[in-house]
Amino acid sequence: MKTKTQFAFFDEGSKKEIRRAILKAVCIPGYQVPFASREMPIARGWGTGGLQITLSIIGKSDVLKVIDQGADESVNAVSIKKLVHSTTGVELVERTQDATIIQSRHRIPEVPLTKEQILVLQVPEPEPLRKVEAREFMTKILHSENDYSGAWLMLFEQIMKYGRTATGADHPVYVNNRYVMAPSPIPRFDNPKMHQSEALILLGAGREKKIYAIPPFTDVESLAFDDYPFTVESFEGKHCHLCGATDVFLDELADNQTGESLFQCNDTSYCMDRLNAVEKVEVEGSYV
Amino acid sequence: MGYVAVKGGTNAIEASIKRLKYERLKGEEIIEINTILSSMRSMVDQVMSESSLYSPYLAALAIKQAEGSMEEAVFLMRAHRSTLPRLYYSQTVESEEMLVERRISASFKDIPGGQLLGATKDYTHRLLDFDLIEENAEGNQQWLDDYLKELETIEAAESVTYFPKVVDYLREEGLFENYEADNTPPTDITKQSLHFPASRSARLQVLTRGQTGAVTSLGYASLRGYGQVHPTVGEVRVGSLPIYVSHPNEAEQNMEDEFYIGDITITEVESFVPVTVKNENNEQELEFEIGYGVCYGQNETKAIAMSILDQCLEDPESNFPTHDEEFVLLHIDSVESTGFMSHLKLPHYVTFQSKLDSVRQVKKGGHINED
Repeated sequence: MKTKTQFAFFDEGSKKEIRRAILKAVCIPGYQVPFASREMPIARGWGTGGLQITLSIIGKSDVLKVIDQGADESVNAVSIKKLVHSTTGVELVERTQDATIIQSRHRIPEVPLTKEQILVLQVPEPEPLRKVEAREFMTKILHSENDYSGAWLMLFEQIMKYGRTATGADHPVYVNNRYVMAPSPIPRFDNPKMHQSEALILLGAGREKKIYAIPPFTDVESLAFDDYPFTVESFEGKHCHLCGATDVFLDELADNQTGESLFQCNDTSYCMDRLNAVEKVEVEGSYV
Repeated sequence: MGYVAVKGGTNAIEASIKRLKYERLKGEEIIEINTILSSMRSMVDQVMSESSLYSPYLAALAIKQAEGSMEEAVFLMRAHRSTLPRLYYSQTVESEEMLVERRISASFKDIPGGQLLGATKDYTHRLLDFDLIEENAEGNQQWLDDYLKELETIEAAESVTYFPKVVDYLREEGLFENYEADNTPPTDITKQSLHFPASRSARLQVLTRGQTGAVTSLGYASLRGYGQVHPTVGEVRVGSLPIYVSHPNEAEQNMEDEFYIGDITITEVESFVPVTVKNENNEQELEFEIGYGVCYGQNETKAIAMSILDQCLEDPESNFPTHDEEFVLLHIDSVESTGFMSHLKLPHYVTFQSKLDSVRQVKKGGHINED
């Protein structure tokens, strides 16, 4: 009773179903399209939404990069890559610029993406209004009636309580001036990268069974009040201790010896690229 | 450096998988699929039910691979299910056609057709049977021979007996309303995600594939006080049902031409729930409604709990969470709940850093509004 796995795992009928949901999502930017999410060989909540998108759009000539919280070598990124590779045989890369499909959890790469690339984001909770309304039936109505007072109120309450907005990752955005959307828990730092992005951005929530999209060159605006503007995470005065980068999202590490805080590029392939460039200059310099 | 957690992922995974295999093999015993099939009937049933894939053989394989972990076995089966094309829908089955192995009613002593206790653990004493440690094939064979000889003395019925439904008997008396058969094609929740309010067919599908423990817990909560359904079990039946599919390309459908594709064993429960309704004269009257529970294999607890929840969801006006279909239906799936629980083990460095920044900024500046 041995069964061979299909190209890209799914049977073709399933792939078509998911592609139809993707097309609809692209047509209605920011709108959450329900789809019959399949159970995957990796667990729900571990990127099954992103994985289903990737597997349904991937072709033999595609080049795939998978990152988890910025890192190519993170265990779950490796696990997803292994699964896609074993069912498709596509080329895997770490350099952002070399990939045609980039599946990511909670980060948008530092290198600006191009129109040749598709960014697939894994989404744990696609509903930006879930914190204010638990019922799906109600949030669907709120979206259709363009009633986002709950989202605004959430920010307003934070200002009342803390004197400023206190969102972490997943700060809600307006897409194409219509739908309020959860950008997936990317840090606020990455929100502006969605605005007028050259690359198509697809977001997949496997457990919650929703697919949504930001087509290329779409307006994406983070929710904020005029007198309390949107701010990103601050890394003022900090830099990557490896490559020296300053204008990137940094991980905070504790030095085991000194106990001091160190900072390092969160985007590992970006950091590697910069280090390689420096090395190249040094090597070239030494042969002059 | 404190960064090893996300570096060297490939090597770490490979080593971990090896270690896992070692844990399964180190005892140097092999459990055969057939051993699981013949000795772990309940577990096989439960895996098939929660994974909504009826294949005892594959369920046994999943149990072997999962080292007996229920959630893991269900997970494997569900993932396998995603690779299979959906080619046919079977024809509707009527459970009156069941080859009944067990059938009881808690509502009436004398039900038409009689009660049939069948194989049940209900009346065993739950004492550890230390004799099983020394169990051997010869002894078992002897027992089987004796048992079969005993059966020979019983006269077999001339023809197969089909048992009528207990509820039909009550319908004749007018205690249950007679509904028109609703032949709307059911929604398929594996082809279309749940929409709310959900159709009854969608609700039943989610309930029947729900995690046994979760369905039981919510059913129990409703029964104990967090719900308004107090049922009497009208009928529990366990047995096998033949499944047919019709020819996919023939316009004219003829019962005779349907293909028999096999049997499934199921547990079916009909619970009777008294409800107050208003009659034509606007007077309150007591009536009965039915809660329906069904699942693959023999799993009576789950089927009874399902019948309670089915009836709960028929009455969404009640304020108890067990009557809220989003609360019930979105939280009882094994793959979804265990998956999201386990995802908390994934690194959350970026999201946590982001929250940390937010907390630091709040502490640093901003004016706390103390009014």
